[in-house]
Amino acid sequence: MSKIVKQEMMGMNGDTACAYAVKQCNPEVVAAYPITPQTIIVEVFSEYVANGEVTTEFIPVESEHSAMSTSIGAAAAGARAYTASASQGLALMYEMLYIASGLRLPIVMTCVNRALSAPINIHGDHSDAMGARDSGWIQLYCENSQEAYDTVIQAWRIAEHKDVLLPVMVNIDGFILSHTLENVAVLPDDAVKKFIGEKKIPVVKKPSGELTPYVLHPDYPVSMGAIDLQDYYFEHKRQQAEAMKNALKVIKEVGEEYGELTGRRYGLIDAYMMDDAEIAIIVMGSTAGTAKYAADLMREKGVKAGVLRVRSFRPFPRDDIVKTLSKVKACAVLDRSISFGSYGGPLFTEIRSSFCYECEKPIIINYYYGLGGRDTPPNLLENVFSELKRIVETGKIGEEIRYLGLREDSIDSVNYKAELISFKDLNTGNIGGK
Amino acid sequence: MSVVKPKDLALTEERLAPGHRLCPGCGEPTTVKLVLKASDDPVIVCSATGCLEVSTSIYPYTSWNVPWIHSAFENAAATAAGVEAAIKALKRNGVYKYDKVNVLAVAGDGGTYDIGFQALSGAFERYHRIVYLLLDNEAYMNTGIQRSGGTPSYASTTTSPDGKVIPGKLQTKKQISRIMVEHEPAYVATISAAFWQDLIQKSKKAFAADGPAFLHSITPCPRGWRHADNLTIELCRLAVQTCIFPLWEAEKIDGKMVYKLSAPSKQIAKNPDKKKPVVEYLKLQGRYRHLFKPEEKTELINQIQEWVDTEWDIILERCGEK
Repeated sequence: MSKIVKQEMMGMNGDTACAYAVKQCNPEVVAAYPITPQTIIVEVFSEYVANGEVTTEFIPVESEHSAMSTSIGAAAAGARAYTASASQGLALMYEMLYIASGLRLPIVMTCVNRALSAPINIHGDHSDAMGARDSGWIQLYCENSQEAYDTVIQAWRIAEHKDVLLPVMVNIDGFILSHTLENVAVLPDDAVKKFIGEKKIPVVKKPSGELTPYVLHPDYPVSMGAIDLQDYYFEHKRQQAEAMKNALKVIKEVGEEYGELTGRRYGLIDAYMMDDAEIAIIVMGSTAGTAKYAADLMREKGVKAGVLRVRSFRPFPRDDIVKTLSKVKACAVLDRSISFGSYGGPLFTEIRSSFCYECEKPIIINYYYGLGGRDTPPNLLENVFSELKRIVETGKIGEEIRYLGLREDSIDSVNYKAELISFKDLNTGNIGGK
Repeated sequence: MSVVKPKDLALTEERLAPGHRLCPGCGEPTTVKLVLKASDDPVIVCSATGCLEVSTSIYPYTSWNVPWIHSAFENAAATAAGVEAAIKALKRNGVYKYDKVNVLAVAGDGGTYDIGFQALSGAFERYHRIVYLLLDNEAYMNTGIQRSGGTPSYASTTTSPDGKVIPGKLQTKKQISRIMVEHEPAYVATISAAFWQDLIQKSKKAFAADGPAFLHSITPCPRGWRHADNLTIELCRLAVQTCIFPLWEAEKIDGKMVYKLSAPSKQIAKNPDKKKPVVEYLKLQGRYRHLFKPEEKTELINQIQEWVDTEWDIILERCGEK
């Protein structure tokens, strides 16, 4: 017997889908600062507030640093707190991201992924979120607006789970998801309310061994954010690492339970035609949709192509990824950010190291793609599959770390070597100028 | 407001317990304890990073007998805004037991004049009902006495040292409280622990305000000001008596900020002979030693006195005492 509830289809872009999900969750506090391409979330939510559709206290803060600081204060006082940001805004929050997770406050944030300056660029890539990958936030990457809606709802259950108590960042690709209209199936308000349940306050052990609710409440004088030195800090960080590990299980459980309710199941990874795949693309976010389409085209040509989408980057589902890829002959990891100076992108290095002691392992190559919102159409992903096919057939790997969709003349600019002149040379006007 | 009896005050709960690790003679705990005693309602404290925070919360111990949070250096006002908003929403949802809870943000001059100014200005503009207490010890004391926007002229700090060519900080002290008045909040006041009755009454007003309130405390630091431990309250008194730190308040009345001189400073306004020369305040402090030794630098001392006179004049004017 199906328990799936009746859902309404609504035309929404990714930002609105997030705002709508937040409305249905009705958190006590939303503190946010507008930044492209996240702005719609703040605007739409402000309308909900203005129309009395939520009981939320909306705080239009003066910066992203204060957005996260305010969320921390609110969550510490026992509220559900939500915020949203992108790019430079997330960068400005950086300090507070670690404090939110270190204080174990289950804040939910949408990060509308956008490139980082300089040069300034408002379009989608994962550089912003990757800069915060070690900040102790759970990071989930969505493929489409439906998933954005679904994940914002699930995020509270994951964040507030007693074995987790960590903030959750729901990532959606800037513009490609945030500004693109899509049909989104939405749950009735009461179903969302029931699914997320009442906000619970964790009961923790004080250093004295006594139990206390972990909340700023007049009847329970707890001290949060104490100075924690050589004698205890390390133990507290270990607890945080364990919580992240526990999240692997909780994300799956919550995704399953959500599936029972909606018919849309979610896990740590999303394997597409991977059962018999010989070659595969590994990717996060909206490009997974294009990759799946490219895999279909390859299958039509009789090539056993598959796609592994990583939904949870933090915690990193090492075991699931290894299991899914172990029979694959060659795969390409697509990174939408550069960790400058690293041997390969962040997703690539994690996947490669996951296979370090495995007997069965595929050939793994890396592509940087889509930086600054550079389009990644199906033909580019078909090229990746064709290249993987060639590698399998010839056994010749070639360059391990590559770039996808760069301009053809890019080599010229890479090869140009700048001359250095002294400041005084500017007075002579020998090189260009007026 | 009625006068507070010391006996009654002594009987109220100690919200900041003894046994903390602030230096002997530190001006901070005296002010914080007194301000906290002034609240009849429960208080939640949001501390900025600084001496007070590190010395009262060394895990696994805490001196705080009230709910307390420290999140970072520059965001005490934003954190307090979040706490205030949470309580508002929880009350709206009918799950909050208390009708009135006061939220107190506490920060030093670094966390207020400089790195925390944006968050402070934003929180006051948004009109959160919080009380912001500035413990002004006139330099970054927690990191070892570096100059701040609150450091007065010619004070020697580790980043504005008195050298062979530069005699300490060359710039003047930012008038933070007047800037806060221009935000048109519910209440702004300057306080000095030497005038505790005035301090308590102003704190009570701040907690009773229906919008943001700003309390600016002159808070001597024996390490940074290089004065004897037993001179802290004396310096709090001299700061007021020399008019380098006048006591005043500004209240929003019918939408307009109205300045008012407080009794200890008003006595001087009425009787200018009582105004002590600033040199009496300076000479007790090692941070001004270079103004007196090896020889007295009269010109620099006069410049400080002129600055004091000018700023005092501005306050008299604002308070309608001219």
